[in-house]
Amino acid sequence: MADAAAMFEVVKPGLATTVQDLGRPGYYHLGLPISGAMDRFALIAANRLVGNADGAAGLEAVFLGPVLKFSADAVVAITGATMPPKLDGVEQPLWTAFAVSAGQELSFGYLKAGARAYVAIAGGIDVPEVHGSRSTYALGGLGGYEGRALRAGDAVKFGVSAGSPRLGVTIPEDIRRNAPQSGTVLRAMPGLYWHRITEESQGTFFEDEWKVAPEADRIGYRFKGGRALDFVPREPPFGAGSDPSNIVDSCYPYGSIQVPGGTEPIVLHRDAVSGGGYFMVGTVISADMDLIGQLQPHQPVRFESIDMDGALAARREEKARLNRLGEFLGSS
Amino acid sequence: MKTRYSFGGDEHIFVEVDEEMSLEAFFKSLSMTTAIREAGIDGITEICPANASFQVKFDPDVIAPDALMERLKGFEAAAENAEKTIDTRIIEMPVFYNDPWTHETLMRFRERHQDPKSTDLEYAARINGYASVESFIEAHSGAPWFVSMVGFVAGLPFTYQLVERSRQIQVPKYLRPRTDTPRLTVGYGGCFGCVYSVRGAGGYQMFGITPMPIYDPKGERSYLKDLFLFRPGDIIRFKPIDRETYDATLKEVEAGRYQPKIASVQFSLDAFNADPEGNNAKLLEALDG
Repeated sequence: MADAAAMFEVVKPGLATTVQDLGRPGYYHLGLPISGAMDRFALIAANRLVGNADGAAGLEAVFLGPVLKFSADAVVAITGATMPPKLDGVEQPLWTAFAVSAGQELSFGYLKAGARAYVAIAGGIDVPEVHGSRSTYALGGLGGYEGRALRAGDAVKFGVSAGSPRLGVTIPEDIRRNAPQSGTVLRAMPGLYWHRITEESQGTFFEDEWKVAPEADRIGYRFKGGRALDFVPREPPFGAGSDPSNIVDSCYPYGSIQVPGGTEPIVLHRDAVSGGGYFMVGTVISADMDLIGQLQPHQPVRFESIDMDGALAARREEKARLNRLGEFLGSS
Repeated sequence: MKTRYSFGGDEHIFVEVDEEMSLEAFFKSLSMTTAIREAGIDGITEICPANASFQVKFDPDVIAPDALMERLKGFEAAAENAEKTIDTRIIEMPVFYNDPWTHETLMRFRERHQDPKSTDLEYAARINGYASVESFIEAHSGAPWFVSMVGFVAGLPFTYQLVERSRQIQVPKYLRPRTDTPRLTVGYGGCFGCVYSVRGAGGYQMFGITPMPIYDPKGERSYLKDLFLFRPGDIIRFKPIDRETYDATLKEVEAGRYQPKIASVQFSLDAFNADPEGNNAKLLEALDG
């Protein structure tokens, strides 16, 4: 047990703190979703600050941060939600690499904005890889720390740092993505089973304000408050089921927006159920997926219709943000 | 059969082979996904076959969405004319129908059911015109099933029975989904069967339970080293077992000695359509032989 000391003990687990990296692609056809950080940019930024590869495993803490007691010296960085970190009770800066000494306790203040904070530790969290990833898929009890969220008393190992941490460096605000405020817009491409709802409902879906429902997690985000959707009448196809929102069970794209019964849209996220029998009106574009991971319950959002060209332009903008991050860290 | 193509955002193409379920639609979907996989197109990252549809995930930084869409459409004609024959496996799954665990669960959620006074099996037997639960179980276990999709959660097979449409079992899902379903419950909703790979929420009617694990997140069981048992295109035979056999099988499973009964078979849709019962008998022989 040469490296037995390089670990932290979970004093308090927070609400649902999981080990996540950039995910486990390639098994969706067997029902295993990609998993990984809901806000990928935030995890990548935290990893780069501590000198890790982009895909090193960190912690994702939602709404309420954990309390972690380190048994070895470490360098950490916290990004994502505005949930100020504290070392032995003394507040530390966000989006900044700072040193933790053996015996110190890392805790968090109350959440001020956003939903998910990311904790990167130089060397990365050392749990076994499953199918090429350390991400936790809690629904299937797979990956991460024993396939589940952290609990008090867990001893979590971290690796030996191979890169150079950027101690004291802070990522400027114009490179970060601002935490979603009121007036948040999720851009979505209509499609999939869009033709199943009436022209009027196609209009109201994008006009109405929706609020994040309490049922919002890594599998999907539910929204409520907009007008119910009306369906184009049909003879139910064999195998689809009698409800007008049913289809013959199909795959669900990441980001797809299903509306069971036509009432409350659900946007599937990194731990998506891979398929099922509800129609979908379209898909949130890849550039806006990180943003969903930072939405809090009751937060108002609107969906905005966008075409493929717009989606690809938004994708390029996100790439540019990543490039600016690289340039900043390369020059600072 | 009218096939429809749609973008699912900037990273997915969704192909609805047909609006309704049929073995023909399933085979066309399987032929297309197999051909697309074999073509090894740069930029495709995942290919997910479903019952009567499929989905391709791609990286638009590698291949232009419109160009990929055109390429995928190009596979359709060949899939329609392809010989509808696959080399696959038939897997026997022992099922303890009417078991105490799903029974306890269904009683707990009775107020969410269409018919709170019957069990799920009694209800399914009645609305499908069977005189008794026994004759319904005979029909459910009498003909084999295609795994027409794997998904919802990790390793969960959707199954479609190899019988004419007039003999397909159909049941609605629960009025409101349960918050609990025992692991390895054999369930049914719409025209599809399923086996719950993990414990959790569910809306399918519950008919029984299998002692045979089908998903192992740690990859420790000898036949589940890559975590999942089922692939789309597998064939399943549900074999009714009693409590004694269930307990004995479970012991074997727990001791790490259990091996599912699996045989290689060829399935031809034309041969099946010409003689469903004779063709099914041949499939089952492969297991018993």
